Amino acid sequence: MSATDRLGTSEGAQEMASRSATGADELDREGGVLRMPEGPVLDPADLIVEVVEDETMIINMGPQHPSTHGVLRLMIELDGETVLRTKPVIGYLHTGMEKTGEELTYLQGCTNVTRMDYLAPLFNECVFSMAVEQLLEIQVPPRATWIRMLLCELNRVSSHLVFMATNGMDVGAVSMMIYGFREREMILAFFEKCSGLRLNHDYIRPGGVAADLPDGWRDDVLAICDYIPGRLDQYDTLLTGQPIFHERTQGVGVITPEQALALSATGPILRSTGLAWDLRRDLPYQYYEQLEFDVIVGTYGDTFDRYAVRLNEMRESIRIIRQIVDLMPPGNYRVQDKKVTPPPRRRINESMEALIHHFKLFTEGFRVPEGEVYVSIESPRGELGCYLVSDGSARPYRMHIRDPSFANLQSLPTMMRGGFIADAVAVISSVDPVMGGVDR
Amino acid sequence: MPGLADLNHNFLTGTLENAVKWARRNSVWPATFGLACCAIEMMATGAAHFDISRFGMEVFRASPRQADLMIVAGRVSQKMAPVLRQVYDQMMEPKWVISMGVCASSGGMFNNYAIVQGVDQIVPVDVYAPGCPPGPETLLHSILTLHDKIRTGEITRRKAPAGTGS
Amino acid sequence: MTADAPVDGDAPAPEPQPELLHGALVSRWRGQVIAHPTRDAYVQVMKGLRDSGFDLCSDLCGVDYLTHPGRPLPGGVEPGRFEVVVNVVSTTQRRRVRVRVQVPGDDARVGSLFAVYPGSEAMEREAFDLLGIRFEGHPDLTRILMPEDWEGHPLRKDYPVGRVPVQFKAAAATR
Repeated sequence: MSATDRLGTSEGAQEMASRSATGADELDREGGVLRMPEGPVLDPADLIVEVVEDETMIINMGPQHPSTHGVLRLMIELDGETVLRTKPVIGYLHTGMEKTGEELTYLQGCTNVTRMDYLAPLFNECVFSMAVEQLLEIQVPPRATWIRMLLCELNRVSSHLVFMATNGMDVGAVSMMIYGFREREMILAFFEKCSGLRLNHDYIRPGGVAADLPDGWRDDVLAICDYIPGRLDQYDTLLTGQPIFHERTQGVGVITPEQALALSATGPILRSTGLAWDLRRDLPYQYYEQLEFDVIVGTYGDTFDRYAVRLNEMRESIRIIRQIVDLMPPGNYRVQDKKVTPPPRRRINESMEALIHHFKLFTEGFRVPEGEVYVSIESPRGELGCYLVSDGSARPYRMHIRDPSFANLQSLPTMMRGGFIADAVAVISSVDPVMGGVDR
Repeated sequence: MPGLADLNHNFLTGTLENAVKWARRNSVWPATFGLACCAIEMMATGAAHFDISRFGMEVFRASPRQADLMIVAGRVSQKMAPVLRQVYDQMMEPKWVISMGVCASSGGMFNNYAIVQGVDQIVPVDVYAPGCPPGPETLLHSILTLHDKIRTGEITRRKAPAGTGS
Repeated sequence: MTADAPVDGDAPAPEPQPELLHGALVSRWRGQVIAHPTRDAYVQVMKGLRDSGFDLCSDLCGVDYLTHPGRPLPGGVEPGRFEVVVNVVSTTQRRRVRVRVQVPGDDARVGSLFAVYPGSEAMEREAFDLLGIRFEGHPDLTRILMPEDWEGHPLRKDYPVGRVPVQFKAAAATR
């Protein structure tokens, strides 16, 4: 196929077809109707849709659209302004990261994985490193784990700030965009101090973290913790109590807990329906059992609840960060296993063994014993998992990342059914998909 | 603008051309084409800390017909390539393209089946901004480079679309 | 569900019964429970799991074992070229179970979990798109990540990475 043939791609079968051309199961799924396994269909009253075929209109939103949060393409069937069916078409950011992951060593793997969910890069690196460490059966030193937790919670705050910025802008509070990114700059400046990069850090690696925290990190982190809660109260004034915001978000995009569970939605979407499922509390990993924090839960499962859950999760994260600052132990920041961790740079001049280890680790990479493992953590969007299969060589045999946004997008038809097209924008931004993770 | 370059320059047309170039470079309106991580840095450039508005560019037009500049921010997959070309074709002349980030410039770290190895295989690029992702300062530098190119008229001598890759 | 045979004082200890979970063989590794149903029993086993409280299907992916056929499996499990790996979570019991089904390469079909877990729909489409495993009973089995007219299944081991030769760097990576 020549290059010009490649450019003429078609997504014919992936697009939404007219009602007569779509099977019954598919009609239900696009219409957000779930045939729950226990019995009859939920909400039978909503099913009585007297729709004449040519009275409805199928419109296309995206992939280039200011409010689809990246390259998400939505095909929506409308009856006037009411949304009947929704079909998300994805794949516009497919990068072949899982295939690339099979070509890179385990040490290089974090640079690949970190670019999937690019708003929460440290979580991707963390879950990949945890999977590799489980296969290697090594124990990461406590300080490294605490550093990981600190940075992940800071990343959660910065990711939720982007949600606030984009959600506010989509609903109409354009100034929210400026405020959200202004707070984020403080956190990104701290990340730049630790790792050298504002985004896509490649800081958390198998065996620990790449470098120790910089001097004066306590002051920086506590300054962030002092500054942000005041700003969150300002967002409360700007958005939470605002009648216009209420009109646009309350009762919009409602999903019930059974529907959310059936659709594999996790994270703030599941918690906003009332189900308190948070992996940090229910299937704890790292040292979250030693920390005191609440799991924020909503009531109605609508857009406003998802906004409130994320706003308060930021407050909980600040609380966690303060506890971590007090509990941070001294010690090594990476495991002292010569077969896994590269030696410090200055030792390469002194020791032949260090030079050889450095060379082997960066060219061939360390070998991981045969096996397969699934590790999952709670990222800002839900359950982020890594399924890693190793065949005993220096490169993963299969690396699959379970991305939360990929599963969360399945709940869009259910949320948008029966609402207006103008609410579609609010609903998409409340699901907060990151297309890098969806398409990988 | 090939037409004006062919005229014999006298004082009046020279001043007119400078005035047109001044107007063009001081209010370049970007089209929203944020794809991946670079889009977040582009949004940060538009935010208060780095403020793209001092160059007259804070209005990111959603409609390509109203935009002058397409900042391709992020990796372009095979499925997105025709969409990119279509949006570029919908823009009105004069139009410029900044390829932001290494994934847009050359395919970046993703040398595989899924990513177009350089967006200059699809659209002609005026300025390349390297980085993964390029910080807002790099993006601003590339925008100022573009302004310089508009000012010196180098834009009128644009090369044909490369199509051969880097 | 383990079946422990009682040991008599004088009689020799009988062979330990293999652990079964709704009829599927179970293996364990570092506290993780892995069930290995056959391809025919797969959907029934998943229904049984869902009925016994595993209400969230968190992940479904496929693996191509073309270049690594000799992987360790519990006795009695016939390896196939592909594997479909499903991860289910019980929010009430706070447990996680992994299910691995072997799928032969020449007949890459397996039952769909759409009727059991509607949330597996997009994940099954991804496994079909990238690996070519067909899920019977899926409402809309079309490509999801690649363009519709793409040929081949990129994540298979016999599909090349598609690397473009770059100056100063070797074109192929060595394993």
